[in-house]
Amino acid sequence: MALLVVKFDLKKRVKLAQTVWFMYWFAVLAGILVLSLGLFFKIELRKRSELMDNNESHFLPNVLITMGLLACGINAFGGKVCYDSLDPTKFAKWKPVLKTFLVFCMVFNALLILTALLCFIMRIPLQFTLAEGLKNGMKYYKDTDTPGRCYMKRTLDLMQMEFRCCGNDNYRDWFEIQWVSNRYLDFSAKEVKDRIGSNVDGQYLMDGVPFSCCNPSSPRPCIQYQMTNNTAHYSYDHYTEELNVWRRGCRDALLSYYGGIMNTIGALVLLVTMLEVAVTIGLQYVDTSLSTLANPEDIESESEGFLLEKTVKETFTDIMANMKAMGKGAKVEEGGEEGVATVS
Amino acid sequence: MAVGKITFTKTEREKLAEVLWLLNWISVVTGAILFGLGLFLKIEIQKWQEVMSEQGILYVPHMLITTGLAACGINYLGSKICLDCADTNKFLRWKLVMMPYIVCTFFFTACVLVGALMCYSIRSQLEEALYLGLRNTMRFYKDTDTPGRCYLKKTLDLLQIQFQCCGNTDYRDWFQIQWISSRYLDMTNSAVVDRVRSNVEGKYLMDSVPFSCCSTLSSRPCIQHNLSNPGAHAHYDERSQQLNLWRRGCQQALLDHYTGIMQSIGLTVLLIWLFELLVLTGVRYLQTAMENVIRLGDPESESEGWILENSLAETACYNFSIIKSLGKCYQVDDDPNINVPTAAANQEVPSAQVQVNVTS
Repeated sequence: MALLVVKFDLKKRVKLAQTVWFMYWFAVLAGILVLSLGLFFKIELRKRSELMDNNESHFLPNVLITMGLLACGINAFGGKVCYDSLDPTKFAKWKPVLKTFLVFCMVFNALLILTALLCFIMRIPLQFTLAEGLKNGMKYYKDTDTPGRCYMKRTLDLMQMEFRCCGNDNYRDWFEIQWVSNRYLDFSAKEVKDRIGSNVDGQYLMDGVPFSCCNPSSPRPCIQYQMTNNTAHYSYDHYTEELNVWRRGCRDALLSYYGGIMNTIGALVLLVTMLEVAVTIGLQYVDTSLSTLANPEDIESESEGFLLEKTVKETFTDIMANMKAMGKGAKVEEGGEEGVATVS
Repeated sequence: MAVGKITFTKTEREKLAEVLWLLNWISVVTGAILFGLGLFLKIEIQKWQEVMSEQGILYVPHMLITTGLAACGINYLGSKICLDCADTNKFLRWKLVMMPYIVCTFFFTACVLVGALMCYSIRSQLEEALYLGLRNTMRFYKDTDTPGRCYLKKTLDLLQIQFQCCGNTDYRDWFQIQWISSRYLDMTNSAVVDRVRSNVEGKYLMDSVPFSCCSTLSSRPCIQHNLSNPGAHAHYDERSQQLNLWRRGCQQALLDHYTGIMQSIGLTVLLIWLFELLVLTGVRYLQTAMENVIRLGDPESESEGWILENSLAETACYNFSIIKSLGKCYQVDDDPNINVPTAAANQEVPSAQVQVNVTS
């Protein structure tokens, strides 16, 4: 009892083949789309790899690029098969390969679904990478004379201005590290000596933030230094002041930026998967409708196309039986060899 | 003595008509490009219109937009006409429209040239507008509580950050205005009062700049205050001073930005103008050739095409006299040779007079 049987005459078969061929070309474009999305994401990660300690995982964009290339190849091949299915002599060439190709397509579709899931899940490792990278970035902010880290200040300033954020979790992270290099501190001044002496590590800590944290929307000129000291500035209360510096932390900002990209890519990959499933089903119908011709010599005869030869349950038990048989066949071979060994 | 006379055979005429049809379609595309360029320029100017004093510069993109739309329309009509011109019978349909169409195309081609030249000549006007606009914006920087000016601080900060510039011509422009609002000044503090009293206008002037002037290329944290006194900061040497703030003035930065855009647009518009001139010349030749064919009476014969029937001087005199006579027809009452009858026949006579004047 086959699943979802549809009757086909010649006209219907031709129409089916043409539609599926057309859909395969769309699927090739979809494959190119997935490839370009993977490339775009890779470039975005590379752009800010400094902020992630050059530690970021390029696994997801690489998977997207591979799947995109595979999709292009598979869909181009499927399109060619559909095009040839209209001519029985050409189709006979492809017939033996078609069953394996369809199984391969199904595996590919499952992998596509996994890729889409991956897009949504990879947010979590990215969160940890960003947190670590930003913390180190802030530590190296002052090291503009150390080779390998001299651009960290510029990168961090540009990032804080572009993403409208300050610090890792919030602006108070800057109070906990020394972001002014010792080269620019006057060690003879009493104030400097007091500050350095006031903490265990001998760091020059202050309640100030770099200029890139300033919010241009603030109605008053930016207060960057002595931020927690209300008396140092006229009519200033640092508890209620909201527009002075960016309130958001850069980890949140970058995470939502990359998260947005990944969610969009995941949604698009799901749509591509649906298209791929549709073309696979279409190809299955093309294949079965041409295999079940009432009169194999006459191409104008009627035929039936189906999705599965038996019902879902029967197909499943068949597959299990096949796998068991394959497993047993291996055992029998081993047993046979042993038997042969003992005999000899 | 015709200007630019060329003889056309029948096949040459037909080929000319076909080529012109294609060129007219390409001109429709270039007209759309012109429209797009005008729209792009308008959007670019409107982005920073708050720092420009008067909106007179908007006439350049408006000119380009209208010319672009006119180009699309006229060239679409032209393509229809040229397709029909290959056949003498169909040409008769368009005969009366041809001359006005060519005159319109000539004027609109002139407009395209004017548009291109405007793009290059606008620089001095832009310079003035930017200088005045930036000066006012800097003056109103502190007025974040005045309606109509409350966003100028944000605009100016974002401008200085994006274009990497500071002040009008130089960062020192900020020393001459009060950019901190009096709301945030402690008037009970003697230092503040001293500063306010130290100048004639009672402004709180300092040798500091806003945070948006800070350069991201500097290797040390930004120094915004006490800029005239390098000794106040530790190890503040010449090189640090060079890298600390953006050195360029915003007037120069914006001027460079807009000049670059307008030069590219101007060049593209000039190329489009040359193309339109080519199409106009071709259409004129086709028109004169077809008219001569009809005059000769034999559709298969050769005919001549030209740009002007007589020399340039004669054509100018002729057109001048037409314009003069058009002016004369409104002076009916002053001419003693015309008999003005009684009121009963007054309704009919003026129209008859006008007809006589025009045909002569």
